Amino acid sequence: MIDRFSLNRRRFLQTTATGLLAGAVPGLASGRAFAAGGLTVGFVYVGPKDDYGYNQAHAEGAAAVKALEGVTVVEEENVPETVDVQKTMESMINLDGATLLFPTSFGYFDPHVLAVAAKYPDIQFRHCGGLWQAGKHPENVGSYFGYIHQGQYLNGIAAGYATKSKKIGFVAAKPIPQVLQNLNAFLLGARSVDPAITCQVIFTGEWSLAVKEAEAVNALVDQGADVITCHVDSPKVVVQTAAGRGAFVCGYHADQSPLAPDKYLTGAEWAWGNVYTDFVKKALAGEKLGNFVRGGLKDGFVKMSPLGPAVSAEARNRFEATLAEIMKTKYSVFKGPLKDNKGNEVITAGAAYPEDAIELESMDYLVEGVVGSAS
Amino acid sequence: MDDTAIGLWGVPLAILAGAIRVSTPFIFVSLGETITERSGRINLGLEGTLVFGAMTAYAIAVVTGSPWLGVAGAMVVGAAFGLVHGFICRLPKVNDIAIGIAMMQFGLGLAFFLGKSYIQPAAPHLPSIPFGFWSGLPQVRAALDINVLFLAGAALAFALRWALANTRLGLTLRVVGDSTDAARAMGINPDRVRLVATAIGGAFAAVGGAYLSLYYPGAWNEGISSGQGLMAVALVIFARWNPVGCFLAALLFGGAGALGPALQSVGVTSGYYLFYAAPYALTLVIMIATSSPNRPVPGMPGALSLTK
Repeated sequence: MIDRFSLNRRRFLQTTATGLLAGAVPGLASGRAFAAGGLTVGFVYVGPKDDYGYNQAHAEGAAAVKALEGVTVVEEENVPETVDVQKTMESMINLDGATLLFPTSFGYFDPHVLAVAAKYPDIQFRHCGGLWQAGKHPENVGSYFGYIHQGQYLNGIAAGYATKSKKIGFVAAKPIPQVLQNLNAFLLGARSVDPAITCQVIFTGEWSLAVKEAEAVNALVDQGADVITCHVDSPKVVVQTAAGRGAFVCGYHADQSPLAPDKYLTGAEWAWGNVYTDFVKKALAGEKLGNFVRGGLKDGFVKMSPLGPAVSAEARNRFEATLAEIMKTKYSVFKGPLKDNKGNEVITAGAAYPEDAIELESMDYLVEGVVGSAS
Repeated sequence: MDDTAIGLWGVPLAILAGAIRVSTPFIFVSLGETITERSGRINLGLEGTLVFGAMTAYAIAVVTGSPWLGVAGAMVVGAAFGLVHGFICRLPKVNDIAIGIAMMQFGLGLAFFLGKSYIQPAAPHLPSIPFGFWSGLPQVRAALDINVLFLAGAALAFALRWALANTRLGLTLRVVGDSTDAARAMGINPDRVRLVATAIGGAFAAVGGAYLSLYYPGAWNEGISSGQGLMAVALVIFARWNPVGCFLAALLFGGAGALGPALQSVGVTSGYYLFYAAPYALTLVIMIATSSPNRPVPGMPGALSLTK
């Protein structure tokens, strides 16, 4: 017994030599891990992964990756956008052996992802959002995002048929381009049904503020809005409060229909499962991962919730016809002539911005018919 | 405008409705803290108790289907949190403020850990009483849908004020809070009174949490409180340790919280961050206007560690 644990000179030399060899030839140890059929993928979420919202959408994508053969998924929830996320990523790399990381929250990117990526050039990082720029940021980092405003346009069509007061409402977190695209697309969808419809917006100022979101919904319904949607991290409170007040709701991020089965019209959902599966399959095959990955409904990045029981047959036909058109070509939700809600022309007649138009990424206006102000 | 819109009337109505809807957690936490502080001890951990109470109430309501069992369960765990705080503070040379902060972090962390699996399921909500039945306007009916816990909180505030002034128990609490030595001379055990007062304070705070998760906004997640427990502790000082003052201050904060969304809904859209800061700015102004370098804050219990 004692002999087994005592360290004789020969064994000492053996183990040290193996260790040195592995260290001296980089890739030997990890190469063996690959041969054994291992790719470890790390997902980091800013909130709980069953929040009926942003994080749940990503966690559902991670679950799709888990089903692939030879892939191990490590996840961590509730990681704040501070140096904590650097620690999480480093422990996924060093302790779990993750070689592909998806830090999913917007605020993780600068400086946290950039700092860790510079330290581990062999590890691949893909960040959700539009922040990565070729030439400026490292090559082992990249971004992926979807044109979800198309989904909000379809939400708007369902809302346009459902509203009786011709007023619809939008609970928004912050006036950044992605939120304004969704808000404007929602109203444009509704106005394609009836140009008299207006949309009231309330900004809460934060991504997750349950009480303020509930107050915002109450204020919207008090002012006569009868279809509500939102762009906040967890639409659960908005959906429940709106349905409780008797308004129809359109979902966002994930499928919230179980929360309000009678009032839920449809919803714009992320389909991250397709995106993540694609990334991981490429990594398994040893191919280079894309640095700038974008897509919309057509590319399977975004999907719509099944239409609810309150959607009329007329609305269903229009919804399905528009969806079919979006699936066929590069669809332009934003096309001229288009005015903002201060009367300035923002898109000239004849111009059209398809889903991948770079102009959309800097949107700072509210279109005509939106009641509210972006600043 | 059509008949479903009420235009500018929406603003005062939203402030009234917000005062009723949003204030209840403030009422319960600040009443609980008043009892604790009137006994001469500060429990800063009520934010943790609030969140843990919210989680417990939600979890029990999901499992049993009864929101009232959830409220009762929250009271029990809230009292337990208060007892832990009170017990540790009985030990010599322990700082109650530091223990409070530790208990807050403990309560938050434990609630997040144990509440993980209850974020998704929907719990039954607490009932409300439709006081707006007389009105033809749906907005007024919705605003006057008043939860029973709000009414209980209001009644409690007045009952507590009366009890502090007119009952033997109230006298005991005030003596212990104003002078430990005087209490000892009267044959009262100050530590025991403070232990019980902290436990009751914890139970009240947890009821506030139950209101958050079981009525408004009516969901459990980790950001449900966003600091309301801490604000309620500050409200006690703002209200000068007076239970009725706490009730009014809670109404003020609730109403002010509804101001931002309501103004945006009628088209006052610029500077909404400023409107959101209104309750805090108002508190600052009142605190500065009523404080003086020459005398202590009126109404402050003499044995409170803040005064020592």
